[in-house]
Amino acid sequence: MNFWKFVAQNRTEIAELTLEHLWIVGISTLLAVAVGIPVGILITRKPSLQKSVIAAANIIQTIPSLALFGFLLPAPWIGERAGRLAILALTLYALLPLIRNTYAGITGVDRAVVEAARGMGLTDWQLLFQVELPLAASVILAGVRVAMVMSIGLATIAAAIGAGGLGELIFRGLTMVNNAVILAGAVPAALMALAADTLLGWLEKRLSPQRAA
Amino acid sequence: MNSADAIIQFRDVSYSLPNGRVILQNLTLEARHGEILVLLGRSGSGKTTALKLVNRLQELSAGEIRVNAQPVGEWDVIKLRRHIGYAIQEVGLFPHFTIERNIGLVPTLENWPKERIGKRVEDLLRLVGLNPDIASRYPHQLSGGQRQRVGVARALAADPPILLMDEPFGALDPLTRSDLQREFLSLQQKLQKTVMFVTHDLHEAILLGTRIALLEEGRLVAINNPGEFLKSPEPLIAKYVQAFGSFESMRGTR
Repeated sequence: MNFWKFVAQNRTEIAELTLEHLWIVGISTLLAVAVGIPVGILITRKPSLQKSVIAAANIIQTIPSLALFGFLLPAPWIGERAGRLAILALTLYALLPLIRNTYAGITGVDRAVVEAARGMGLTDWQLLFQVELPLAASVILAGVRVAMVMSIGLATIAAAIGAGGLGELIFRGLTMVNNAVILAGAVPAALMALAADTLLGWLEKRLSPQRAA
Repeated sequence: MNSADAIIQFRDVSYSLPNGRVILQNLTLEARHGEILVLLGRSGSGKTTALKLVNRLQELSAGEIRVNAQPVGEWDVIKLRRHIGYAIQEVGLFPHFTIERNIGLVPTLENWPKERIGKRVEDLLRLVGLNPDIASRYPHQLSGGQRQRVGVARALAADPPILLMDEPFGALDPLTRSDLQREFLSLQQKLQKTVMFVTHDLHEAILLGTRIALLEEGRLVAINNPGEFLKSPEPLIAKYVQAFGSFESMRGTR
């Protein structure tokens, strides 16, 4: 079957699956941001935790995604719905780039700037929100970008446990040995990744602090 | 020695790193009202550390430092720091803030009304010899000398009675540095702040110092006014004078 013909005939389903995919990726990225950035900030304040936290996030990343989905299956509440499970797994994967980039972004702020800020009498919160986070924003956003692009790819595998999304077409195409169906899932996923990469890359550039010449 | 007008007092102050390395040992000195007390010493002499103990960027290990007769440990640390202007060699301007926001930051945190901050920024820029038009620019758009001037203006922003300056003109070319030194001196004659000024440059120390304290390996070697300082029989001072050459021409300019 011709790819374009398949897309034309199944455009409603493809659109639905794309939305589902976007939902899984969006929610998991938001959760990872909500957890990863505070954890990243925390380890800049408590350097003794830094090694173990980064190591833990690293270990999660090394678990093959199918295995992680499998591990989480028996978990209560989470395991009941494939969508929840996929979101949790993707959140866990997205933690590493967020924690690592938040840490790197904040510790990368010019030491003289931080010292001047403290010497001027900024409180810890003022230092964080007025100086460190704005100056680290582009590095943190680069982490969001990596996490999101990675999640869009990984989320296709979530279809293996019935979480839906564009992976469904890919797996269906694989069992049908039909490239058109595979492409109907793969192409929108790739376009989504490209769009996310471009959009976040643009934001990242806009947020880059003015550097000394 | 009249201690009554001592604004910053060090008494037997020691500081060592967690690994036991001693940075400062039994330092006793005072900065008096309206004077520029220069801490002179080579790299690693402990002069920068001495400064950071005053605004508690580092906490002393032993002894006592008093600011306005109150031990620094008893001050609310944020209040203490806003009471003391701080200027460093690297300047540390906030690259994401305009010059106006850089200078106006402490007044903003102290909830000054907006118009008063704007007026203050304008006055300060003029005071340090800059055109107020640069207020809307970002630090990377300024030259090194302009940035150092902004750094001094920022330290003066909330009109603190005390200034801590750590080689604030150190990163400049000799001509610009000399301009800034002279301007700072005339500024100080107007403002009468109590200044602790760190430098490794004997010329700068002689030019700016009301008194000069020479530090070496964490200890105070000598403290005196520039004239007496140069005449001191202390061998280390003789070494400095030898390294920096003659001062006859400089003394005439003060």
